[in-house]
Amino acid sequence: MTLLTSVFAAIICTVIWYNNAPKSEMKVGLLCWIYWGASLMWFVDAIYEYSELGAEYFTPAPIYMLNDFYLGLSVVALGLIIWLVYLLIKDPKGVVKAALFQKKKNN
Amino acid sequence: MACLLVPAAGAVVTTVAAKMIKSTEKDAVALQVSTEHGIETVEKIPFSKKLNWLSKLLWGGSALLLFEHVWHGEVVPWFPFLTSASNPADTAVMLEEMASVGGSMLLLITLVWGGMLIVAGNIQKKALQPQVSEKQGRSLI
Repeated sequence: MTLLTSVFAAIICTVIWYNNAPKSEMKVGLLCWIYWGASLMWFVDAIYEYSELGAEYFTPAPIYMLNDFYLGLSVVALGLIIWLVYLLIKDPKGVVKAALFQKKKNN
Repeated sequence: MACLLVPAAGAVVTTVAAKMIKSTEKDAVALQVSTEHGIETVEKIPFSKKLNWLSKLLWGGSALLLFEHVWHGEVVPWFPFLTSASNPADTAVMLEEMASVGGSMLLLITLVWGGMLIVAGNIQKKALQPQVSEKQGRSLI
């Protein structure tokens, strides 16, 4: 379920990135790298788990599925927080800079 | 257990390598290509940027996997930070898992990145081949 959640997050981010390309004002590309990287790693984890459990891997108990989904959502949230911090630091639209400085009034 | 340490180490290596390669790279040659919007001047992206793709995949994946390990209580905020490093029997299992699962993660991501390089190279070749001319005054085909 964690793998599935991160794969869906990766696909959605890639579609958003493609839709806005070549502009990258929102730096969505970073989210794509994060979620695809994690998805590939969990995919390897899933292969090893499948080699141990066999077909049982595809029929997890509901409580495990729920916990895994909860973890998946938390992971997606963490990815979004990393992206948000990166976006505010890079500030490609100059919004943070504009908020920190005010125009001098000419009297 | 601690499989994420292998891709994380890979991330450190690729980040350092990308920075070193970037400092030695020459300026890319500007090329002119005709697109549906007219003639555009483009540059081939340097290898350091492509290496950064791998670096970002590894850092991103490692960060989220670290969170997962904390979630499962395999990584803790006190020494020795890895719960399986507290006794020799668990440490042996952990090292074995790092070699198998961690190594496979690094290998798969590197293979995917290699595939991306091949596809990107083919796209660049296809886009440039018929109408390339170097910027220094050569006429376009």
